[in-house]
Amino acid sequence: MDGRQDFIHSEAFLRRLKHRQLKLSVACGATFGVVLLVLPLLNYFLPDLMATRVGGFPLTWLILGVLFFPFVWIISYVFIRRSLRMEAEEAQWAMEQNREA
Amino acid sequence: MQIDPWVLAFSLVTVVVTLWLGFRSAGKSKTASDFFVAGRSVSVGWNSAAISGEYLSAASFMGVAGMVMSSGYDALWYPVCYACGYLFLLLFIAGPLRRFGAYTIPDFAEGRFDSPLFRKIAVCFVLFIGFFYTMPQMKGAGVTLAYIFPGLPYWVGVAVVGAVITLNVALGGMKGITLIQAIQYWMKMFAISVPVFVLMALFGPYGTQLNANRTAPEAPSAIVETVREPQLRAAAMPAAAAWISPFGALTTKPAKAAGLTPEQARPYSLLYTYSLIVALVCGTAGLPHILVRFYTNPDGVAAKKTTMWVMILIGVFYVFPPIFGVMGRNLMPELYNGLSGVKGTDGAVLKLPLKAGGVLGSVLSGITCAGAFAAFMSTFSGLLVSITGALAHDIYGRILRPQSSPHERLRMFKLCAVICGATSILLGLTVESFEVNKLVGWAFAIAATSYFPLLFLSTWWRGITMKGAATGMLAGGLCSLATVVSTMVADQNPAAAGLKAWYAAHPLVRTLAEQPAIWGLPLALGLMVVVSKATRATVPADVRRKMLVLHAPESLGLKQEYIEEHETPGH
Repeated sequence: MDGRQDFIHSEAFLRRLKHRQLKLSVACGATFGVVLLVLPLLNYFLPDLMATRVGGFPLTWLILGVLFFPFVWIISYVFIRRSLRMEAEEAQWAMEQNREA
Repeated sequence: MQIDPWVLAFSLVTVVVTLWLGFRSAGKSKTASDFFVAGRSVSVGWNSAAISGEYLSAASFMGVAGMVMSSGYDALWYPVCYACGYLFLLLFIAGPLRRFGAYTIPDFAEGRFDSPLFRKIAVCFVLFIGFFYTMPQMKGAGVTLAYIFPGLPYWVGVAVVGAVITLNVALGGMKGITLIQAIQYWMKMFAISVPVFVLMALFGPYGTQLNANRTAPEAPSAIVETVREPQLRAAAMPAAAAWISPFGALTTKPAKAAGLTPEQARPYSLLYTYSLIVALVCGTAGLPHILVRFYTNPDGVAAKKTTMWVMILIGVFYVFPPIFGVMGRNLMPELYNGLSGVKGTDGAVLKLPLKAGGVLGSVLSGITCAGAFAAFMSTFSGLLVSITGALAHDIYGRILRPQSSPHERLRMFKLCAVICGATSILLGLTVESFEVNKLVGWAFAIAATSYFPLLFLSTWWRGITMKGAATGMLAGGLCSLATVVSTMVADQNPAAAGLKAWYAAHPLVRTLAEQPAIWGLPLALGLMVVVSKATRATVPADVRRKMLVLHAPESLGLKQEYIEEHETPGH
């Protein structure tokens, strides 16, 4: 089985790490998913609102064809910053625990 | 119609530069590792441009514009989800996969489950998805060559372009194409954006062009009326109301075939839209030729930064093709008359710049042709490397001849490249009448129902077993492959008229068969969970260590430790 018994190799560390990573990923994924999945619903239930012209664009075309891209960039930027910071934190914390044990 | 010298010159330069770079790098790549993942030392800037260059295929460059022109708003989902699927890759898969460190997805499949059998199954899917994806690239090549040389048969274009790229891959391997693909990204970006800006300066900006497509018939637009002469008014052109509607020609097709009223058709369209979104978003995260690129980053931090840049690079690109589609509808309605080939809407990107007139028009059209070459050449090379890698590295190197020397493997890589190239050309000849973009969408659907659930569950759930993963992947992938092929056959083969009529009478089944991701993904995930629970005893014994390698920050060095322990005899 797993030869080493220190903190880095422990069940507790793995659980904590995976939990934090998953929480971050799911939060970002949900933000993206809600917008992506609500847009067809708006088209379905509020077709008149979504057909409003904004600078020549129907509102729904403007959202999907132009504004959606920057929205996704913001999500991924936030995700990368947070995930790099979180992993650095976890690595340092785990090594400290190892030294104490 | 004569050969336009500008168009020919730009296209030739693209091909010659690509070949020259391939030959130049051929001398530099010596070892097997150079060939497979470029020695893992590609910088973030180069790698993100190379991934984008490989990703932006003929479907993106030509197909999206053609599809927006022929279907309208519904086709916008394609470019948006092509770009945004990367987010899913970044959030759930890119980091863990890179930390695990393996050359290919079959390597990952074997390493995660300690099962050489599973490697073989995973290799089959690399081949399925890869070959499915090469077909639209070949179609793009045939269409573009037929545009440059009017009268040239479709098959000549496919054969010539296929042969040239195959040679290039056989000589250069991946190291060569990283450089080439990065350059090709910038060529494509230039080629799609510059003509759009010139055309917008001449004929009015994006919003004005869209404004011409009014649902109310009493608002004739100046743009449409001045350009569209009565004899050019095309019968096949969709009415403005259907074209601009969120549920337009693409998503309502199955319901329309059943003769439903527009009101009755709306639920089917909504279902179609959702299934398409699932296929494209999850499919991106499961494309084998994209995933292999993550291994060319030096570490996981670089892999994440690369994904961020890829999303920006391709996002900016995808703003442009729909503009071509919108302008194509207003300025070149005659394209609707042809059913396929250059006369069809897939040629909009190539032909539309001619509207600028004179030499300027020819030069711009030459630029978009060069971009189209860059598009199908780069994607096809990337696919060929990943298919060839699967054959040479996995089937030959691991299964048939594990004791072969590096030299033999390298020779085998070249031979496999030729075999795969020839197969792709033959497959490409069969798809002349399909829309480029739709073919790519189907490759995504198959990836979304096979690789995506595999990668997602095996990176996040420790309870998954080899049997569970294999059952889910095979069931999801093969079922969606079967239903997609059945709709292709029903539409194209006169012998399958019965099937076509049956599909027409059952719009719900037809929608689900044409866009299988919405049931295929839950099916695959469900089977993986159920079968894994039933075979709980076969979870790999050191699963905790594997999960740690997948998730622990790389600075802790667990990967290195894991490799060392596994190399110790008797462990």
